[in-house]
Amino acid sequence: NMASDEDSDEDFVTYGTPLEPLEEDEPIRKPVPVHEQTVKDEKGRYKRFHGAFTGGFSAGYFNTVGSQEGWTPSTFVSSRQQKAERQNARPEDFMDEEDFSEHGIAPREIVTTEDFASERKDQLKDKARAVSSLAALIPGDTGLLEELIAPARSSIGVELLRKMGWKDGQGVGPRLKRRQRKQNTDAVKVHGGALLPSGSEESEDEDDEFAPENVTFAPKDVVPVDFTPKVDSHGLGYRGLNPLQALGGGSESAHINLFTLQSDRTSSLFGDRNSGQKRRGGIAGQAFGVGAMENEDADIYHKDSMSNYDTVLGGEEPGDGLYGWTAPQQYTRKKNDSKRDVVYLGRILDGFTLASQVTEIKTVYPPPDLPRDYRPVHYFRPVVDLSTVSPIVAQALQASRGHLSQDAPQQGRHSLDSSQRRDMLGETVAKEQNKSPDSLTSPAKTQASSETKTFKPFQKNPQKQARYDLYINKLKKGDKEALESSLDSSMTEWERGRERDEFVRAAVLYKPSNSSLSSRFTRSKNEDDTDSVEVTRDQENDVDDKQAAVKMKMFGKLTRDTFEWHPEKLLCKRFNVPDPYPGSSTVGMPKIKRDKYSVFNFLTITDSSHVSREGPSASKPPGSSTTLPHLTPEVNKKSRWDKTGKVSEPKDPLSAFLSETLAQSDGKQTEPKTDEEEKEEDEEEVRPPMDLFKAIFASSSDEKSSSSSEEDSEEEEVAPSTSEPIQISAETLNPPVSAQITPAPDISKVPGII
Amino acid sequence: MAFPQPRPQVPQLPQHLLRTIECQQGAVRAVRFNADGNYVLTCGSDKSLKLWSVSRGTLLKTYTGHGYEVLDVDSSYDNSQLCSCSSDKTVILWDVASGQVTRKLRGHAGKVNCVQFNEEATVMLSGSIDGTVRCWDTRSRRYEPIQILDEARDGISSLKVSEHELLIGSVDGRVRLYDLRMGQLHVDFIGSPITCVCFSRDGQCTLSSSLDSTVRLLDKSSGEMLGEYSGHVNKGYKLDCCLSDKDTHVLSCSEDGHVYFWDLVEGSLTLKLPVGKAVVQSLSFHPTEPRLLTAMEGHVQVWGAEPEDTAKLSSVC
Repeated sequence: NMASDEDSDEDFVTYGTPLEPLEEDEPIRKPVPVHEQTVKDEKGRYKRFHGAFTGGFSAGYFNTVGSQEGWTPSTFVSSRQQKAERQNARPEDFMDEEDFSEHGIAPREIVTTEDFASERKDQLKDKARAVSSLAALIPGDTGLLEELIAPARSSIGVELLRKMGWKDGQGVGPRLKRRQRKQNTDAVKVHGGALLPSGSEESEDEDDEFAPENVTFAPKDVVPVDFTPKVDSHGLGYRGLNPLQALGGGSESAHINLFTLQSDRTSSLFGDRNSGQKRRGGIAGQAFGVGAMENEDADIYHKDSMSNYDTVLGGEEPGDGLYGWTAPQQYTRKKNDSKRDVVYLGRILDGFTLASQVTEIKTVYPPPDLPRDYRPVHYFRPVVDLSTVSPIVAQALQASRGHLSQDAPQQGRHSLDSSQRRDMLGETVAKEQNKSPDSLTSPAKTQASSETKTFKPFQKNPQKQARYDLYINKLKKGDKEALESSLDSSMTEWERGRERDEFVRAAVLYKPSNSSLSSRFTRSKNEDDTDSVEVTRDQENDVDDKQAAVKMKMFGKLTRDTFEWHPEKLLCKRFNVPDPYPGSSTVGMPKIKRDKYSVFNFLTITDSSHVSREGPSASKPPGSSTTLPHLTPEVNKKSRWDKTGKVSEPKDPLSAFLSETLAQSDGKQTEPKTDEEEKEEDEEEVRPPMDLFKAIFASSSDEKSSSSSEEDSEEEEVAPSTSEPIQISAETLNPPVSAQITPAPDISKVPGII
Repeated sequence: MAFPQPRPQVPQLPQHLLRTIECQQGAVRAVRFNADGNYVLTCGSDKSLKLWSVSRGTLLKTYTGHGYEVLDVDSSYDNSQLCSCSSDKTVILWDVASGQVTRKLRGHAGKVNCVQFNEEATVMLSGSIDGTVRCWDTRSRRYEPIQILDEARDGISSLKVSEHELLIGSVDGRVRLYDLRMGQLHVDFIGSPITCVCFSRDGQCTLSSSLDSTVRLLDKSSGEMLGEYSGHVNKGYKLDCCLSDKDTHVLSCSEDGHVYFWDLVEGSLTLKLPVGKAVVQSLSFHPTEPRLLTAMEGHVQVWGAEPEDTAKLSSVC
């Protein structure tokens, strides 16, 4: 009994929480007062009921409408950029999004406008209309009326076609010759079935003879392909029995054709031309059905007609017996087409046509034969660091692989240098032309790398540095007496002691920087900044030329240089001027990068200080500027004295210089020159211009002038003279001027003025 | 048939001293008319900037806020704002009425020699001894300049702004004309350090004075010299030059205590106006009337074409 109880307990599914078992001894509990009845949600938080009957749900923000900020009405905002818009409130504005579907509000999405929509869209409406017309008093009337009243409207495609001369019922495409008859027969074939005599094609041929040559006909209308998706699980082209047709199948259906040519699908495409007939058949015919006891097949109320019988013995049935009595009518017609007959004997399903080209047979390649002992499992060889592994294991590994794992990284193609790769490829050493750049670059490179990689704390004292290097090398090799052996034995004990300390400290200080510190830092990406400097692209013309022009008071072309200059966009905007270079991102003068250490850079930077200093020493006559060598690329514009045209406007200073020197070394002048000029050229060869010397030997005069002017300004700041008029900073440039400055009397000291 | 043109009046030169203003602000570094010529602005070496009435010669307002002597000042077209520059490397935008500092712009590396508003007072341009011209936006709250023109190779001594052009004179002996509309920079080589540049009132010419004691009138478009004026002394100081109200005369300060007037076309010295014994530091010509301001040491003198003004004033007094 007990066991059965247990079983029953387990079997039952229980809902809800069971009441606590009543125990007689326990006193009856007091009912919990209302204010102590609390409800908690699943997370244990107190839940509050809302509304009059405590059944409401919490809405808004803590029992309020609005948000944390409170209920803020949409304020009126209107500015020049943002005009206030008239707002029409719709019901959707006050609804939750999830309620839209409940109230039949469709989600808003992009739909094609009616103008561009195809006529397919109207199918739904058409169906609805058809249904309503069935139900109407006068069947088919409402639709007719509506069509009569509805404004003519055709899609944009049809409109375009009409404009191009297309008419309803015609096909689309260029006009053809001698095709009218064919079109007619095709049309009949499509719609009318096999009623037409089979001899029609012969007659068509005859008719073609009479068709005039110069008359063209529109191409035939193409039967649209039925793209109705196949939703049933029947075979292709098969249609299940329509119970209406099979049971109540009227007078017309002699036999039930499961493979009707004119399926519902095609008829729907062609329009409802036959629908009237079908409808008529639906109502007419047997009215009351067959009795339950009677055999289904006995069609007792059915009026027999002669059309149900074959009039000819063995008539249209094909003789080959390929099909039973359900053989499609299409087949009989296809027979005429001898070409197709040869290729394909079977029936062509509707929606399919015979391919004009035979499909290529795909060659299938068999999978490769696997070796017999092939196991389809890959296992990875363990990578072992040789230094940590016992020599026996290493040897074993070496034997198994042929090389050590330590060598493995060297096998990488990128880690090899060119000679190694060359050896591997078996190439011969390239000739000198390849070699020469190498020899040019390599010393500089090695120097740079050594400089950057190893720290040289005692660079000032090369001998000491050498000793230090020796010490470091020995230390690296693990020599224990590295320090003692690398020190100079000829030095005194005290010196050696000091140096020992220094070396140890230096080694401790700077060795880790190679390993640990360098790993923390990455090299800056644009290293070339260190080698090149930004220089304005357009350089000013020769100052000496201008100086001469000023002396001759020939201002104008000679003293004026015009450069491209890009103002900031905002500046143009503030000046109400259109940006002269829209789309250009450069600001100021266009700049280019040049080699920092090129001598020519300093040559190009001409300064008025150059002029003022050079002026008296050189003391050239104005005409002597012709003798100026054209080493400098500044001469972009032709000056008055450049009529001979020997300035070939060099683009690159280096190439210009090279060409110049080449020409000089060859002893040939690049261009024919007059005797005077040749003499002058000779002079130049003997003595290069002062600029060159200065650029190489003297410190930059630019720095000098700037620093001195700075000093000047500082001096002025330190000792301000209240009454002295403002001094221009040009004294440094013109020493005589500064010498002539006479301090004006201090007004604070001169009471008479005040 | 049109009436015969009235005979052009003989241009009157401001050669009569109307008033002397003792500025009480140390040496007057620069004196400037405001945009309409009714007021005078003086820059003092005691860090102050003062606004005076021309007609009465009374002090209207003192603007303090610079940390060192004020070197140049300009007023906006609507007289609502002032900009000034100083040896303390700053440029200050002032509110005229309240006298408060609207903006104090730092960025120059040295003392700022000259400052100028553009036509609509949307940009301030300041030229400094550090060789740069900085374009400050008065509309935005940014404290960085819109653009820095660092083409000059020495300090900027003077600059002027026209509708779409910046004329900048530098100690490197070149006058640079930045054409914003064309996006071009024209550099005219003068050779001697430039002390002052200005546009002619028709905007076709530029005037530049240099330390070789010469004032040159150059054609703006081609850079050709139209006139050269000399006779004064300008060898060490930053002296002003200007054109008269109708572009008939060229004026320049001189270190010999005179203001020189040359006929613009003929280039001949028309008048040598004795101002005082010391250097005439600065001058400013009235925008429309023949009236001139000169600054020497601690005072400013107002010069007019006709002496009866003074007579009238004295009678009033």
